Amino acid sequence: MSAPSAALPRSVARARNRVAEGVSPKRPWTFWVLAALFTAYVLALYGPMLCIYVLSLQDVRGGLVFPMKGLSLHWFIDLFTQVRTGDVKGGFERSIALALMVTVLTVVGSFLAGLAFRQRFKGDGVVFYLMIGSLVAPGLVLGIGVGLLFQYFGLQAAWYTSALGAHLSWTLPFGVLVMFAVMSRFDRSWEEAARDVGATRWQTIWLVVVPILAPGLLAVALFGFTLSYDEFSRTLQTSGPLNTLPLEIWSMTLNVTSPSLYALGTVTTIASFVIIGACLGTIALIQKRRAQRVAAH
Amino acid sequence: MATGKGDIELAGLYKRFGDTAAVDGVNLKIPDGAYCCFLGPSGCGKTTILRMIAGHEEPTGGEILIGGDDVVGLPPVERRTAMMFQSYALFPHLNVRDNVAFPLRVRGLDKAQRYKTADAMLEKVRLTELADRLPGQLSGGQQQRVALARAAITEPRVLLLDEPLSALDEQLRIQMRTELRRMQRELGITFIHVTHTQLEAIALADLVVVMEKGKIKQAGAAREVYAEPKDRYVAEFLGGQNVLSGKVRRVNGTSLIISAPDANDITVPLDGDQRAISDGEQIDVAVRRDDIDLRRPGAASVGADWNTVNARIRAIEYQGSFVKVMLEPITGGEFVVYMSERQFFSDPFDTGDIVVATWPAERSRLLA
Repeated sequence: MSAPSAALPRSVARARNRVAEGVSPKRPWTFWVLAALFTAYVLALYGPMLCIYVLSLQDVRGGLVFPMKGLSLHWFIDLFTQVRTGDVKGGFERSIALALMVTVLTVVGSFLAGLAFRQRFKGDGVVFYLMIGSLVAPGLVLGIGVGLLFQYFGLQAAWYTSALGAHLSWTLPFGVLVMFAVMSRFDRSWEEAARDVGATRWQTIWLVVVPILAPGLLAVALFGFTLSYDEFSRTLQTSGPLNTLPLEIWSMTLNVTSPSLYALGTVTTIASFVIIGACLGTIALIQKRRAQRVAAH
Repeated sequence: MATGKGDIELAGLYKRFGDTAAVDGVNLKIPDGAYCCFLGPSGCGKTTILRMIAGHEEPTGGEILIGGDDVVGLPPVERRTAMMFQSYALFPHLNVRDNVAFPLRVRGLDKAQRYKTADAMLEKVRLTELADRLPGQLSGGQQQRVALARAAITEPRVLLLDEPLSALDEQLRIQMRTELRRMQRELGITFIHVTHTQLEAIALADLVVVMEKGKIKQAGAAREVYAEPKDRYVAEFLGGQNVLSGKVRRVNGTSLIISAPDANDITVPLDGDQRAISDGEQIDVAVRRDDIDLRRPGAASVGADWNTVNARIRAIEYQGSFVKVMLEPITGGEFVVYMSERQFFSDPFDTGDIVVATWPAERSRLLA
């Protein structure tokens, strides 16, 4: 790990400077204004979610609004045992499966597009704007369109066909834009150097391009997964007879009136955090392995 | 191919990008085991030539012969050339040993075998103790040595270096310059080095090739190119020369006399093999800056076979081992005199002084 060891003395120095600044008694009034603004922002961002997590921990007497009534995991148990709350388990499984498919296709597609867009080609502008077009098109309209098209051709809409396509119309442009940013730091002479010493095209891709771009590709994967996992508007008209998790939660908000709704919110949040944590952990692990390999020799 | 000869011949080499000719009909022979420098400003086509020899660019026309074989269309490996990139292009995810062993890895050698060869090469470039570092943890000079080791490990017959010293600071540049020359002697192969720094070229090269706008202006030994530039462009690009221009007043067998608007007549010797020159023609004349003497007006008169020019000193720069005296421009160009430190300080001049610049007439050179 080159960056941390090289940056350490500088960051220490900076920390020391910060301490020195902290000692000085007078802060400008703008500091307090900005600090207050930031606090308000954080509260507005996390406050509502926090309410849901807290309210999901009530006991059997619990309702949908404050004040809290008791403290238990009752509604979490209720969530997984009661059939009337809907097909949460099935929805969760479908959403995960769908998100994984979307992730793989997004990573592969974005990677290839990133390679392609490094040079000009005929119609590159058209392809780019078509892609941006699907990004800015209202999701609901796009979803309805996909649904109509399936109906017109007499195809059965399903979460793994029509919804998959609708999700890709959302995640692929995002992935490609991230890839553009990643590729802008990619030095073409790496590829030329590989070719110069005799690497084939495949060897160049697998031994040089992919490893160098790995962190960027993981970022694309993370994007693809999270965007698909909680996608609602494009899924609404395209998921067919079986619901994904966001659709399931939405239908529950219409007919479930117990804190198990909140328990569901808490569980899905935890799932999201676990996935993001796993991704970031993987990145950290790769870097640690590289560092160990450096140390081991 | 088995000859392993690294002599290179470029014949009518031509490369066009869009409407412009980047390389415009280049003919050149580089002997086996030579250190050759392509010298010129950016955009003169020198890097394009290098990339065409390396096989990273295909010529629009012409031939490239290495060891007698036409290599146009062959991949770099079959040409047995290796290139060192300007940015070094070290793979950031591989440590030094794996970077150097990479060419062997793609050839399918097993780990033990390729590490053995790589370690031997690392010893040659004195990087053994840094073998486990990542490129990001190395200094510029160390990175360059890794790049050199990676290029040399495949035992190429030609090593191509694209501005190899431009990313280094001044002191390191001079140090690495020596290192490059040492490596070239040790490996005994042809080096082709592209640079825009004339000092670098003349310090290193057996063969200096001066380029302008896709064409070769002059190719020859470093001393030849520096001391006997063929034309105004080469003289000015390599520096060390003052270029004067004027009208031919009289040609008489072994010399000619030119007169310039604001200078005395200047006598220039003729070699005989020069082109025919007629009276009234506008010509350029070069004089080495360190061949010129400065005197105070009215001091002991100079001999008849000395040229003299009167001028005012515009600026003086102390350079350590010599003093650079810049005179008011005379006859269409900068006029600079390099005086030895001892000579200058025995009777120092000041900015604004009127001086007589004088040099033996036979030291003037007629330019094409």
